[in-house]
Amino acid sequence: MSVELIGYGAFFLTMALTYAIICLGLNVQWGQTGLFNVGIAGFVAIGAYVSAILTTPDTANRFGGFDLPIAVGWLGAALAAGIIAFLIGWLTIRLRSDYLAIATFGVAVAVQLCALNLERLTGGPFGIGFIPRPFASLAGDPLAFSLLNLGVLVVVVLVLYLALERLVRSPWGRVLRAIREDETAALALGKSAVRFRLQAFAIGGGIMGLAGAAQAHFIGFIAPENYLPMLTFQVWAMLIVGGSGNNRGAILGAVLVWGIWAASAAAVSAIFPPDQQARAAALQIVMIGVALCAILLLRPRGILGEVRVVSRHLGRLSPLKRATSIPQNNEPQHVQKP
Amino acid sequence: MHPVANDPNGSTETKRAPLVEARDLVKQFGGLRAVDGMSITLHRGEMMGLIGPNGAGKTTLFNLLAGSLRPTSGEIRISGQAVSHEGPERRIARGVGRTFQIPKPFAEMTVLENVLTGGQHQAGEHIWKNFLQPGRVASQEKAAVEKARSLLEFVTLSGLESEPARVLSGGQRKLLELARILMADPETILLDEPAAGVNPTLLELIIDRVLELNARGKSILLIEHNMEMVARLCGRVVVMAAGKHLAEGSPVEVSRDRTVIEAYLGGVAA
Repeated sequence: MSVELIGYGAFFLTMALTYAIICLGLNVQWGQTGLFNVGIAGFVAIGAYVSAILTTPDTANRFGGFDLPIAVGWLGAALAAGIIAFLIGWLTIRLRSDYLAIATFGVAVAVQLCALNLERLTGGPFGIGFIPRPFASLAGDPLAFSLLNLGVLVVVVLVLYLALERLVRSPWGRVLRAIREDETAALALGKSAVRFRLQAFAIGGGIMGLAGAAQAHFIGFIAPENYLPMLTFQVWAMLIVGGSGNNRGAILGAVLVWGIWAASAAAVSAIFPPDQQARAAALQIVMIGVALCAILLLRPRGILGEVRVVSRHLGRLSPLKRATSIPQNNEPQHVQKP
Repeated sequence: MHPVANDPNGSTETKRAPLVEARDLVKQFGGLRAVDGMSITLHRGEMMGLIGPNGAGKTTLFNLLAGSLRPTSGEIRISGQAVSHEGPERRIARGVGRTFQIPKPFAEMTVLENVLTGGQHQAGEHIWKNFLQPGRVASQEKAAVEKARSLLEFVTLSGLESEPARVLSGGQRKLLELARILMADPETILLDEPAAGVNPTLLELIIDRVLELNARGKSILLIEHNMEMVARLCGRVVVMAAGKHLAEGSPVEVSRDRTVIEAYLGGVAA
């Protein structure tokens, strides 16, 4: 296998894994809790800009440039996006799902417009460049550079996956699912829907912010046009394709849909003449739409689907299977006690 | 039959401390007064029935007591504490649990998981404790699973613990709701039409379990149309009509009350 191919594979997977992080955040909000967040791009943008401002060197005519370590930038991005998600959630979390969607969409548009117009903070339409990249000293060796960046993303995704799996299988995750299933019944059991939803919304927002920071440092440049509603659409497609409610599905969906996106981009540039390629790029969105329709028709719960989890401690107590896949067919059936 | 639950004079209950009290409750929806100056008291250890014709305001009163609705005026006290403006999620902490007329299982969760959700004061419901105190979370969860399984045995659903709740029949869902609320150890249970749509075999089981719960000291307020069931379970019955308190007494007394008969025939409700 050629070095170029490995390098491209590493680049592809690194980008896909940044989307996987966003998907994991959306899975906490939608998959586990049923919160209809259509403002994903806004939270990703907040994380990207916060980390860029914290870690870039001092620049004339722009606030920030604190030149802090990348890890501080990523942590700051997650915290800032989490806190802003908490504040937005505090105002909107009581809204019904469709109204929450409208509110979060509005937030994302507002964030994008702020990025476009607050030039002293964000660099305006030109964005922020020279964002430090991890292992920049190895940039002369593209293979090592790509593989080490991929390694960082793999570790971040793995840590997030394990932490979120622990939460999914905890009483906290159980309450989230109960609220998603029937809020009135959950309230009658003493579970504060507002508190748990707010927590899930803030955690999901924080994870999206972390992903925004990771993307920014991997690419080295950010601009407002990176955070258009198309990003939100892509992430939703990834989660639906992979399997909403399933963390492994979120990661798989991100890799698959990013693969379709990259393959369709390659196909467009191979098939269409250069003067037609800009218009033909719309076919990429068509491809994602077709994949989405196919999945919704063939596997409505996504490729992996939600895994039914009772308790992570149950396996030690009885031979009962700890987790069983929810059947694709949802027809009600009445079972009498044997 | 349990002797306390079927005391015909209600004399034993009335000597007991009031547990749930509603005074002059009013609930207005636009121009409609669904509950119009109702007062009701449930005593400790008592099993009381709430009956009335359709549209009498029973479910609205029930929702007010459960915190699902806020009263327009009037006061609700639980164990002497004013709770009129507390939300439904605070009722369990006050020792009051409820079931629903149309059961509300968490359909995609297993039967066992449904019951586990009723657990209170779980360290694992706090995000950070799952990482910082895993031993405490694990031991609490182990105890919760054991308790949930014993409750499923109590309502005879043990064999279905790993099934999703959506596969249960209507009667089984009522039993599941009962187990789920018992997981929270409420002192008072508000039962909303437990007999509705339940086959006779399961109905007998439900009656049996409700009697046993009362014998164990649970106070129970029961909305029910099935008068035979009310007569078997309740020592005292309150009758509502057109949002108002119409009559009160033993099941035999209220069933002979002229105003009650008229209300069921349409006299008062009209």
